[in-house]
This record gives sequence, C-alpha cells and structure tokens, in this order.
Amino acid sequence: MEIGHHISQRYNQELEEIRTHVLKMGALVESQAENAVKALLERDGKLAKKVASSDYMVNRMEVEIDEECTQVLARRQPAASDLRLIIAVIKVITDLERIGDEAEKIGRYSRKLAKKPPITGMHATLSHLGELVLGMLHQALDAFARMDTEQALSVITGSNNINDEFDDLSRLLITYMMEDPHNIKQALRVIWCARALERIGDHSRNICEYVIFLVRGKDIRHTDLQEILDEIPDDAD
Amino acid sequence: MTDVLPTMPGLPTGETVVDDTPPMTETREEFDVEIKGTVGAPFVDDPKMSARHSNVFYGEKQAIFDVSLDIGRNEIIAMIGPSGCGKSTFLRTLNRMNDTIPICRVEGEHCLDGEDIYAPDQDPVLLRARVGMVFQKPNPFPKSIYDNVAYGPRLHGLARTRAELDEIVEKSLVRAGLFNEVKDDLHKPGTGLSGGQQQRLCIARAIAVDPEVILMDEPTSALDPIATATIEELMDELKSRYTIAVVTHSMQQAARVSQRTAYFHMGKLVEVNPTNQVFTTPQHQLTENYITGRFG
Repeated sequence: MEIGHHISQRYNQELEEIRTHVLKMGALVESQAENAVKALLERDGKLAKKVASSDYMVNRMEVEIDEECTQVLARRQPAASDLRLIIAVIKVITDLERIGDEAEKIGRYSRKLAKKPPITGMHATLSHLGELVLGMLHQALDAFARMDTEQALSVITGSNNINDEFDDLSRLLITYMMEDPHNIKQALRVIWCARALERIGDHSRNICEYVIFLVRGKDIRHTDLQEILDEIPDDAD
Repeated sequence: MTDVLPTMPGLPTGETVVDDTPPMTETREEFDVEIKGTVGAPFVDDPKMSARHSNVFYGEKQAIFDVSLDIGRNEIIAMIGPSGCGKSTFLRTLNRMNDTIPICRVEGEHCLDGEDIYAPDQDPVLLRARVGMVFQKPNPFPKSIYDNVAYGPRLHGLARTRAELDEIVEKSLVRAGLFNEVKDDLHKPGTGLSGGQQQRLCIARAIAVDPEVILMDEPTSALDPIATATIEELMDELKSRYTIAVVTHSMQQAARVSQRTAYFHMGKLVEVNPTNQVFTTPQHQLTENYITGRFG
C-alpha cells in the first residue's frame, strides 16, 4: 500500500492530509475512551464530566474528514487502492465517531456512579474489560496507521474475549441486583458502561476489517472467522 | 483541526504527525516493471475473436510482444494503457488494418469465429465488412449523409433496389441514434454535422454493412462530454447485437462502458480482468500505477 507516488503532487498531499486527519481523530477518540474508562474506574466525576462534554470535537472532525473525502471523490475520481483508501476512511471515521459516542455515554454514567457509594466486587472485572477494550482500540488504530493486515487479523481473532468478559460481568451484576433491589439503578449504570465498552470493541473490530479491505481489497465483513483465516494468509502475497 | 491532539501511543504528538508516521508495511514489489506474461483472465469460452502469440513489427521495431487475448461475444472490451503501449496497433491487427502499412509485419494467430483472418484466402475487404472500425476523429466522406451510410452496402452489393438501400440507411441511422436528428437532411453533406453527430454517422456507416465486430479507436476523444455520453449509451445498446473492442485514453470511459478491461504496457499485455475488478483491485502493480495516476 502506497499513498504517494502520484504524478500529481497535490493529490499525494490531499490523500496524506486525509490520512493524517484520521490518525488525529483516532488519537482523540482513543484519549476520550481512555479518560472514560479512567473516570469510571477511579470514580472521578470531574474527568467524567470532561469526557461527556468533549464529544463535539470528535463529531466535528468526522464532518471535516467526510468533506475532504467528498472533495477527493468529486475532483479526483480515485480508483483502485486510492478508492479503497477513501472508502475505508469514510467507514473508519463513522466507527470512530460512534466510539466517541460510547465514551461520552460512559462519561455520563460515570458521573452519576461517582456520586453514590461503589458497588463492591465489580472493580476487577470492569477494569479487566476496560483494559481489553482499550488495548483492542489501540491496536486497531495502530493497524490502520501502518496498514498492517496481520495485526488487524489478530485483533479480530482476539475480539471474542471481550464478549466473554461482558457475559461474566452481566452475571455478577444480576446476582448483585437480586440481592437487593435498591442496587438496581447503580447496577444498570454499570452494565450500560460495560455495554458501551463492548460496543467500542465491536467498532474496533470493524476498523480492522476496513484495514484488510483497504490493503487486500477483500471485504471480510459478516464472514466467519475461520473462513477469514483460511482465505487471508494464502493471499499473503 | 489542530487545536486538539492528545497522545496516541506509538505516534508522536503535535504538528509533526505527518513527517513521523510509522513506515507502512505490506508494500508490494513496487515499481517492479518486469512483465512476466499476462495476469488475470485473457481467455473466455467461445470467443468471437482471438489472438494467440501476436507479434507486430514496424520494420525492425517490435510494437507488440506475444499478446494472447480473447474477445467474447456481445461484450465490450476496453483496451487501456499509456501512449505507445501498442493498444491501437493490436486493435488494428484485428481487421488487418495494418496491412495498409508496408513496413508492418504481423505474426501469430488471429481468428474470427475460429477462422484465421490472415489466411491467404481471406479477403481483407470482406473481413473489414465483418469487423468494422470507428476512428478517433470522425471521418465522414465528403458526401451526403445518405451516401456516407450507403457507401458500404453499395460496395458489398447488400441492396438490390433503391428501396432496400433506403431501408438499410434508415435502419443504420436509427441504430446509431442519429436518424431523428438528420431525417430531413439526408442529402446534406455529412461534414456539416456537429462532431458528435459525425461520429455517430461514422458508427452508422460501420454498422450499415451489418458487421459482427466493431473496433473503436478512441471514439470519443474529440467529443464533448454530452456527445461522449450519447456515444457511450449507443455502445451499450449496440453490445446486444455486436461485439465491441474499444481503445480509450479515458479510464473513466473504460470503467463506464466495458465488461472486461485489458491493460497494455510497452507492447505487452499486462493484465486482463473484469472491469469491476480492474478499477477496484487490479492484480498487477503496473495496472494499479496507471489507473491511479502514479508513475512507475
């Protein structure tokens, strides 16, 4: 995958700018997600508020990058890898924007959670889930930045862990709610946060799928994992 | 969008992101210009025309190197490539147009419906009635619109009576999408038409002899976008009746009209694949470089 080497230098710049903006948006979204998890785990109401009120920046970047992609489509009629880059970018930023929304949600719930006494026994599982999801998001963004299909594949392969972790947490919370119905409100907030984290994992997986589309030209959405693994390495050049 | 730039581990912060982006992995053997045969699917079942090991020379200079390609029935195949890549030369071998150039020599096997078109008993004039050609610049004869279209049928004795000839002329003009515009002016000179109309007149002239294949050498490069769209629409309609091979410099045109695309480079056939594949995931790096406007 090469972005440069067009005869038109201006075209190289336009594509490089788009890529840079996506990386910046990725960095911003990642920091939003990190802060959201931190606010949740450390019961930091101030940080939670900051996360909840910063999502507009992510939204603005999505609109700007969308506009840049539209301009390239209209004026350059990109083909082949350039076309795949633009399509992948348009899709990646949609998922990034949604990750931003999930982080905002976690921020909102964390603010409320921080005002009440903590639920005991939840911290370790929640912390582990947060770690997994943030790691996955980071690797997905890294795979996009380096257009690294191997890393993208490994993220997709690892994404099942998150579902297991989420299921564990749900069971814990159900028990907790059954013990005392007064806990339900708090427990629901926690589960909504966990749900948001799980969604961030799903969006990260999507980003990895776009990386494979971008580099290999293969659309692996809605494909069985084993099928993907069977198909991709053969293609490895 | 520079007011906010939090850290992304693995990436530097601040304004230097552009310069320090990590190296991309997965580069193919870029700008490897060695062409080892043709990649993709140059052959089809039951082809209308086929070339095998086609070599074309102009004197000492070889213009086409070992090109093997099938042209399927009722398909539009687009041939693209940089200037001097041999795509027009190859197109001209398909109706022996190169015979008119004394220093030109053609080797290999070229068939129409399985018959060798370079066999000694083949009459090139009859062949060109079966394999018609439309050129880059509209070249109507300095005759009336009617006579332009009637020229081929008269030459080949396709009409016994005036009424039959009238019918052929009208039918050809209708198929070329020109009849309604010129029906009251059939005896005015063809050269008085607009560029797009002249090109459609040339297409009408080509189809008047009821060919099987139509070769088009950059048929719209002298036309404006509206006239181009009209010709492209016409090509799409003609496809049900004829087989069309079109050489074009416009990649968008190749993408719009053709079902298969062949990429030529320095006299060699680099890649042939379904058009929807060529413009999204070309198989050869040279094809990719060409259609994305990269040098290599």
